[in-house]
This record gives sequence, structure tokens and C-alpha cells, in this order.
Amino acid sequence: MGAGRQTRVIRTDYLARVEGEGAMYVRLDGREVAEVKLRIYEPPRFFEALLRGRAFTEAPDITARICGICPVAYQMSAVRAMEDACGVRIDDGPIRDLRRLIYCGEWIESHSLHVYMLHAPDFLGYPGAVEMAREHREIVEQGLQMKKAGNAVMALVGGREVHPINVRVGGFYRAPTKTQLRTLQDPLERARETALATVRWATELPFPEVEREVELLALADPDPDAYPIDRGRIVSDGGIDIAPAEFDEHVVEEHVEHSNALHARIRERDVYLTGPLARYALSSQALRPLAGEAAREAGLGGVCRNPFRSILVRAVELVQACDEALALIESYEPPVAPAVEVTPRRAVGHGATEAPRGLLYHRYEIDEDGTILDARIVPPTSQNQLAIEQDLRAVLEANLDLPDDRLALRCEQTIRNHDPCISCATHFLQLTIDRG
Amino acid sequence: MAAPHRQTLAVWKFASCDGCQLSLLDCEDELLLLADRLEIAYFLEASSAIVEMPTHPYDVSIVEGSITTAHDTERIQEVRRRSRALITIGACATAGGIQALRNFADVEDFKSIVYASPDYISTLGTSTPISAHVPVDFELNGCPIDKRQLLEVIAAHLAGRRPRVRAHSVCVECKRRGTVCVMVAHGTPCLGPVTHAGCGAICPAYDRGCYGCYGPAESPNTAALSARMAQLGSDEVDLVRVYRTFNAGAPAFREAGEAHEGGPPRSAGRGA
Repeated sequence: MGAGRQTRVIRTDYLARVEGEGAMYVRLDGREVAEVKLRIYEPPRFFEALLRGRAFTEAPDITARICGICPVAYQMSAVRAMEDACGVRIDDGPIRDLRRLIYCGEWIESHSLHVYMLHAPDFLGYPGAVEMAREHREIVEQGLQMKKAGNAVMALVGGREVHPINVRVGGFYRAPTKTQLRTLQDPLERARETALATVRWATELPFPEVEREVELLALADPDPDAYPIDRGRIVSDGGIDIAPAEFDEHVVEEHVEHSNALHARIRERDVYLTGPLARYALSSQALRPLAGEAAREAGLGGVCRNPFRSILVRAVELVQACDEALALIESYEPPVAPAVEVTPRRAVGHGATEAPRGLLYHRYEIDEDGTILDARIVPPTSQNQLAIEQDLRAVLEANLDLPDDRLALRCEQTIRNHDPCISCATHFLQLTIDRG
Repeated sequence: MAAPHRQTLAVWKFASCDGCQLSLLDCEDELLLLADRLEIAYFLEASSAIVEMPTHPYDVSIVEGSITTAHDTERIQEVRRRSRALITIGACATAGGIQALRNFADVEDFKSIVYASPDYISTLGTSTPISAHVPVDFELNGCPIDKRQLLEVIAAHLAGRRPRVRAHSVCVECKRRGTVCVMVAHGTPCLGPVTHAGCGAICPAYDRGCYGCYGPAESPNTAALSARMAQLGSDEVDLVRVYRTFNAGAPAFREAGEAHEGGPPRSAGRGA
């Protein structure tokens, strides 16, 4: 350690207000950022291994258990992949509408949780939503009520909020009646009003002025008027435009020593970012008019590259999800049968859908009797881990003069900007800043 | 109104999906009231504020997740030392969870299937429930738990009474709900007769057989149920699979699965 080259270590051993267990480690050598690690120490649970030998019909229930926050995303990517393997396409009609509806429910539940309980306390200076509620009770309560509306959609269509039971390969076990879905209209209309108010409220938050040059990657729905949720091609602003089946050829996962997560990057290029910022940049023109108008009033423009403002993009997506859910309920006619027949065959299938925090890819190889021979699951957080580390590096370089405690806080916020889901990312984060 | 000495609640996580602790945040109507009644002293998913209790244990600790690493075998001892009452929530903490499927396999194989550099991964060969490591005051079943039951368990501990959580089977809940029996009426295999109540019998109400996510009920007759499911067309592979999911490590389900292991494979190409 030479004179004037003081080393600082900043570490957060237990990241709060993220889903799952991660830590941050940062080492600063003088004014140089020497090391940035987002450590995932959440213990591995080996889903891809334990899926081998199971029935193809079990994948949606088993993979839902990867994440209690976004189980529907796992179920949807799993059923799409299995249907793809079996040569079945469900691209329109009431079964697909119900899938989009339950997925909207999950977006509303997950985004409300993140915006109000996990992210907002960073901007308003509280350790958590419960502490924030002591001074801003009505704000927290409106967030909770919006979250409740999302959960009501999941509970009605899926049977329950966490790990819904009604999703199956081919469709659903039981389709709701029109009358049942109508009971969701009142809470969803109130949630839509809250979502619009959330956009206006979030517009006023103090945002650091930053721009991140990172490739943005998301699904794009073939219908130009549909915001990506449950299907589509994988596209990026760097020129990627591929079918989900080509994902493996373009994205590589690397295993690094400090993490139980695998890091994804675009082959022979660089890191990329998936999630709300990517979806918005690539498909903002496909937002429903109400959500598009809210985004314009909030001054978001066509592309937002400031991760701190992701709270605003999530708020716009809340408007989108509530509005779309209401439209789906309005036009709903129950299917003749709740599911279509899916007969297994020896094949490989791919499924990619948009979890609230980003692209979720599944690939399965199944046998002629439907036994799973091989499984591969690439969750959004392992795709985003490198981008988050890169983001941390930029935040550190811009804020070197902050004292350690404030710098650590800024770093933690940088991580939370991306709503990492560490439970998912394992196979798939620890934050320490080292200036020592 | 807040009492002068509010009891403290801590929420701990081990290997799990976060879904059970999310159930606490899913109590949208009750969460802030609960926070008025007791002090949420440690709940990382919800707050970075940690109320350290150097001399007093937390009054109630809620533990999610199973023990799968050497580090966690030590951490759970620390959690026990710092807790007056320790309540486990969910199938992971109570039976080892879906990750207990490794108990039936070779964990080295599992590591090399998922990770390119298995040497970077430190994990135990088993996933075990919290009760295998420390005394537990109450176990709440479910994958995921039911949030109303969670509120009941917390309220009961605050009041110093036993939680009203019944150990009978899902069948009783179907009868109470007025759901027609899917196995009797439709021949759909259903684990309801041997599965612990608590969910409210959701699956049969959605025309689906129960898949046992609440674990074994008290005194489950799995042999009789397996025989009936075999008559309905389940083969040995199916029977192993139905018992071997989210509560595979619960003794009654483990034994029921093992009773059907070693049967003839259905097709030569069946995976590992």
C-alpha cells in the first residue's frame, strides 16, 4: 500500500430488501475501483438436476418453487417450453388470455412490492416500508392495496397467490366463469387509479442523473400493439433478433468463484440488461394508450437508461398490467375446455417469457413418454448480475468522496434498482466495499 | 395502540424460495396493524433496520428454509440461542423442501449437472428440516404456507395460547367446502386423504387432485391410498413421483415413496 493510495473496503454482508440472500463486496484502491462483487450465497437448490427423471407435466409446479415472488413466470416459461417440445401452440383464444391475465396479476403483485416496500424507502430515506409507514402511512397503504389486487387475480385464476395450482401444460385445470372474473373489476379499477397516482408520485422522486450504456434485451411480442409478457422473439438494441430456441447460441453462462449464480453475457460481446428498462426501451410503442400517456406525462421519452428511474418504469408497467387485466376480463369468454391435449414426444422445447424482473428462459429435453432428460433455466437476475456489477462500478467512480456508510447505501440502492431476485439467481449475490 | 413493551419478531431465511416469508408481506390488510402490535426486529426482506437484542432473545422467530450448508448448521444454532419461541414456516423448514430430492441422489452429480465448476460450490449432501438441528416450538406446514394460518400462529404466540391449526387431512376441508371428491367422482389420483389440512382444499376445487404440498396429515394411510391410485392407473414410477415432491423428506411420504421404488421402469429411455 503506497503513500496516498489508501485502500477502502465497503461491504454489506446481508443485503436487505431484496428477495433472497446476497452480499456486496467493494475494494477501492485510492481513487481506483479495484474490485466489485455481487455475491450470491443463497444456497444452491439444484433445480436443473432434480428435474431430471420427472414428468414433463410436473415442470410448472416444480419450477414455481424456484421463486415465491414470481412463480407464475416460472410456470409460464415451463408450459411454453413443454408445449413447444410437444408441437402445441397456444397463441390466441381464452387460454392464452387467462395466461396473460394471471401474469398481469403477478406483475401487479411483484411491482407493487418492489416499488412501495423495497425501492421507495431508498428514495425517502427509511430502512423499510414499515418504518416509512410511520410517517407516510397512506402511501404504504395504497401500495399494499394495489399489491392485494394483483394477488386477487392470482388467487382467482391460479387458486392461490404463491405457487398457484391451476396452471398446467396445455392450459388450466379449471377455467373461471365470466361472473367470477367480474369480481376482480372493482379492485383492479382502484389499482389502476393507484398505479396512475404512483407514476405521478414517482416522477417527483430525487433521481441522480446517470445514463448507462448497456445492451438492453427483452422479448418483443409479434403483435405490435402488445407489450411483451408471455411470448415473442428475443430482441436487443444491439441488433439481436432471435427465436427463444436460439437463445443458447447467443447467450453464454459463466460460473465465477464468488457466486452461486451463473453470469450470463452475450456471446463474443458483452453484458446486457433485461427487465423493465429493456422492455420499455424496446416496446414502449406497444404500451396501451393509458400507460403510454402516463409515461409521456412522466417525461420518460422512448428510452430510459437511468436505473434509478426504473421505479418510474415499473409504475408505468403497473398501469399497463392493470389496464390490460381489465381489458382481458371485459372480453373474456370461457374456453370450451380449460386445457388442450398435449401428447409427449421425444423432443427439445424452449420457452421464454417476461418475469417482472426480466427475461426468463427454460429449455427442456424430454423423452417419448414425457420424462425430462435435461433442463436448463436462465433466470433474469443471473442475466443481470454483470450489468449490476458494472452499474456499481460506475456509481462508485462517481461517488468516491462519500463517506463509507453513505457510499454503501448508494451501492445497495444501485443493486435494488434492478429488483434482483436472488432466490432465482441461485444457481444462479454478498456486497462488501474494500478500501482497506 | 402500541403497548409499552412490544414483543419482538424476527424472520430468518435458509434454503428456500422466499414464498413463505412473502406470505407475511401478502397480509396487505394486517401487516401495518401487526407492526403496531409487535416490533419487527429483524426481517431483511422488508427492512435494513436490525434491532439488536444483545441481552434479550427475540420473542418469536419465524424460520423459513432448510439446512443445506455447513455454515447454516451453525447459523441455525445461533438463531435458536437468540429466540424465545422458534416457529418454522413451510415445507423447506419443516421437511427439507423440494431440494431434499438430493437426499435420494448423489449431490456431486447434482453439482456437476448445474455448475460448470462444481468445486466452487459448497453444499451438504442433504437438505434437512430445522427440527433435525434444534428444538422447534411449532411447525407450520405448506408449500407455501397459508397466510391466515401464519397470522393465527403469530397471534397465538403473542397471546400465549396454542395455535388453532388442525392436523387432519385435506379430505375434511373438501367436505367442509362442499367439493365433490375428485377421486371418487372422476377417478383423479389425489393425495388429499393423506395430506395435512391448511390450504383449504384448493386443488380439488379446481378439478385437480391434491399434490401433497402441505405434507403428511397425522396417521396417514399411504399404503391404502397407493393401492387405490394403482387401481386408477398409476404405475410405480408415478407413485414414487407423487410422494417425492415438496415434502419428500417428511417421514411418512419418504417411506411411501421408497415402498414403490425399484419397480420396473416404464421405458428404457427413462432419465436418471
